[in-house]
Amino acid sequence: MITQIVTFLIFFAVIGCILYGRRLIKTEKVDAVFGNPERALGGTHWIIVGSSFLLLIWLYYSWDIAKGFYPKSANELCQVAKVNDSLLGLKYQFPIEEREFKSTSQIKKENKNLRIIQNEIQNSEKLNNQQKTILISFISKTNQLIPLLTNEDLIENVTKQKINDITGKINLLTENFQKPDYPFETEQELSQRLRAVDEEGGWGITKVDAGSGSIENTLEVPLVPATERGVKFHAAAKELNLISDEFFKLRNHNPQFKNRIKELKNEIKSYRKDLSDNEEIASTYAKNIVKIARRIEFASIYPPNALDNMQAAIIKFENAQKNAQGGLRFIDMFLFPAGTIVASGPSCSEQGSGRWLPKPSDTLNKFILMSKPSVGYKDIPLLWIQMVDVSKMIGFILPDWIADILPGEYPVHTKDGIVKQNFKGGVLKIVTGDFNLFKVPVPYGHIWDSFLRVFLGLIFGILIGVPLGLFMGLNRFAKGFFDPLIELYRPVPPLAWAPLIISVLGIDNTGKVFLLFMVSLSIMIISARAGASGTQLSKIHAAHSLGASKKQILRYVIFPNSLPEILTGIRVAVGMCWGTLVAAEFLAGTTGIGFVENVAKKYFQYEVIWITIFIMGLLGLLFDITLRKIINKTIPWRGKG
Amino acid sequence: MSDLISQNLNMIFKTPKGDTVHALKDLNFTLKKGELLTVLGPSGCGKTTLLNITAGFIRPTSGSITLNDKEIDGPGVERGMVFQQGALFEWLTVAENVNFGLRMKKEDPIETQKKVDEWLEIVGLKGFGNTPTYQLSGGMQQRVALARCLINDPDLILMDEPLGALDALTREKMQSLVLKIWKETGKTIILITHSVEEALLLGERLYVMAPRPGRIHKEYNLPFASMGLKEDLREIKKNKDFSQKREEILEMIWNMEEEIMGKEN
Ligand SMILES: Nc1ncnc2c1ncn2[C@@H]1O[C@H](COP(=O)(O)OP(=O)(O)O)[C@@H](O)[C@H]1O
Ligand SMILES: [Mg+2]
Repeated sequence: MITQIVTFLIFFAVIGCILYGRRLIKTEKVDAVFGNPERALGGTHWIIVGSSFLLLIWLYYSWDIAKGFYPKSANELCQVAKVNDSLLGLKYQFPIEEREFKSTSQIKKENKNLRIIQNEIQNSEKLNNQQKTILISFISKTNQLIPLLTNEDLIENVTKQKINDITGKINLLTENFQKPDYPFETEQELSQRLRAVDEEGGWGITKVDAGSGSIENTLEVPLVPATERGVKFHAAAKELNLISDEFFKLRNHNPQFKNRIKELKNEIKSYRKDLSDNEEIASTYAKNIVKIARRIEFASIYPPNALDNMQAAIIKFENAQKNAQGGLRFIDMFLFPAGTIVASGPSCSEQGSGRWLPKPSDTLNKFILMSKPSVGYKDIPLLWIQMVDVSKMIGFILPDWIADILPGEYPVHTKDGIVKQNFKGGVLKIVTGDFNLFKVPVPYGHIWDSFLRVFLGLIFGILIGVPLGLFMGLNRFAKGFFDPLIELYRPVPPLAWAPLIISVLGIDNTGKVFLLFMVSLSIMIISARAGASGTQLSKIHAAHSLGASKKQILRYVIFPNSLPEILTGIRVAVGMCWGTLVAAEFLAGTTGIGFVENVAKKYFQYEVIWITIFIMGLLGLLFDITLRKIINKTIPWRGKG
Repeated sequence: MSDLISQNLNMIFKTPKGDTVHALKDLNFTLKKGELLTVLGPSGCGKTTLLNITAGFIRPTSGSITLNDKEIDGPGVERGMVFQQGALFEWLTVAENVNFGLRMKKEDPIETQKKVDEWLEIVGLKGFGNTPTYQLSGGMQQRVALARCLINDPDLILMDEPLGALDALTREKMQSLVLKIWKETGKTIILITHSVEEALLLGERLYVMAPRPGRIHKEYNLPFASMGLKEDLREIKKNKDFSQKREEILEMIWNMEEEIMGKEN
């Protein structure tokens, strides 16, 4: 429903914007070179066209338009695919979609194999003449088996009868298939099937609010036929399966053939038995010849015209089922680009972009579902608030040893079994957070965890990197002393440190925050250093002769002068941290947006993967826009000094 | 005595390559309180070096320079400096730039504000207190630099080509301003310039310096600065004596530069 509306909206938006853009061109100023002198300014309508196209392509290639407009099409195509799957084996016997009969190609193949072996034997230096003669006689005997199968006069009546039977069944199926009430479902069967359809649910994620709202209720393709057309194909597929089984059980073996092949096998067997150990090569060749004889035995090789009626019957059925597909064929062709729905055995699956490019509607539904704090992902919400007692935070921040270093002893129970609280014990309660205060809302969840990690890593990097960088920019000793350390770890890609740091500091926040701290530290040091060392001497001189002390010059001249570099550094560091974090969360951990994506990857939850991609993109964009705003507000003089 | 006295001042630079540059050689001069000295000379003759030593940014190789009988051995508030490009703090407003010195000394904010207003009025920037300095024109920036230096009430004002980067019209206005401030405050001023006209117009005394080694080549006592306080500066430029001196000095500098070229070749 939403998809349909969105599709139409996009259509009209695109057309409207293009018309608007064209009208605008007529009223615009014109100069000689590129037309409008304000060529690249404005143009919101083109942004709408651009994003609409993107969405449209996504809708189309993910088959969401097919799903929106023909929600039953996947189910029907699944039934059609079942028929094609059942028909496949039979069709391959004939030059329907192939170039030649299966029998022809098999004979060609085995003849070729025999020729190759014969050549090898004749040219072999390791075989003596006697061996050669015997082996070649085996080959010619094997070769003579084929005419015994392809001779029309030799074919047995039983076999002929069976072929006629199968042909009759196919013809009957074709006849029934074309009847409107095929497959003659009883009331009971009908209601049973409809119940199964109901239970199965629709294509994709349709029942977001159903039951516990479990996230796993995605259905790739519904299997149970939901439409009348579907039922027809479903039933036909079943019958065809039986027919096909029957045919492939059939062997075109007449008594002459049976005798001959038995003789040949025995002959070769006794020959091989009599060979001594040093005649292994001859033995191997003999074995290979038997293998070919066996293949000829079990191939469905028939005389050229024996299956003519059956072929005609299959073609007739094929035409009938293609007719019965009707408009479905066009839906398949136009709305299922780059792939279709295929059946293999009892199940159907989306083959093509539909798998990895989830439908926007499904993605949205899944996102709505995951946004619910009670669902989230792996029992943790994406982003939610939690009431946390302030006392717990105090207990977390204050170190416990504060109580230990106080004079006195912790309370000891008396002989009456009573514990009397004292001052030291009271302090311990406070520093461990063992008391009640008021509660405040604190955010938590995957998104918050990722955000917090970046934030903490960045803050530590800034707090240590900026002073250190300024110091290094002003002092030769500091620069010389810290440069080797920084130049040693900075050129290493941050992720290369990740396994080491995570193994040492653990997969939880400490390791990741430290990794991000390392990333931001080097960036902050370098930018603060550049800012400090780039301070014009005349400004420092001016401040000095105005009576500023060294400290004051640092605080009031060098620091503000380095601010543009520092803020640009922060912007770069945020980007780097964000990228590193997500990858670090892939490696290890139990929360975070990268963790979500990594788990989703394991279960092929493409919707979830895309949701995490979008979340990460949006958050990254948000960080950058925020920082850009801050930069423009705090250093308006940048580039103008 | 509140004079600036330089005795046998020598400055020898060592470049990283190992060459030595004799930037100043045996400089001896005395500047009385309230005098306005202009220093002129071809590029590289040690004008800036002299000023930097006087300001205390660098130490002379030998010799001494004293102000008010005190040896100069570092920057100090009693010697204010105005740079060619203003060297303003572009992250501060005009008022914050001007009161920078007083803020560093943690003076009373209300007093400070009053002084700032006064000085902004004197340099002709009344009402610009809250303007960010990066929005000012070059001339206005130099006015701010002047006010910032003067608000500290220094005994000696050092100016290193303060008007060098300004257009002709602005420059003329600023020259009048410098003369006005000199007269009203009675400060001792050393002004370095590469414009002969400016040196003649503003200088009560004028040193023409010669390069390699840097030394005082010729000294003039001039009447034009006192005239400039009353008359239009442009009228003075038409003065016969003025143009004669101008030609003489130009010739002098011209010869020096030719000599340098000759030495180099
Ligand atoms: N820090 C320094 N190191 C080496 N040589 C210097 C240094 N400062 C100035 N000089 C040299 O001293 C000479 C005088 O320089 P300066 O006082 O800047 O000249 P001016 O200001 O008259 O153009 C020049 O030759 C210059 O190259
Ligand atoms: Mg200079």
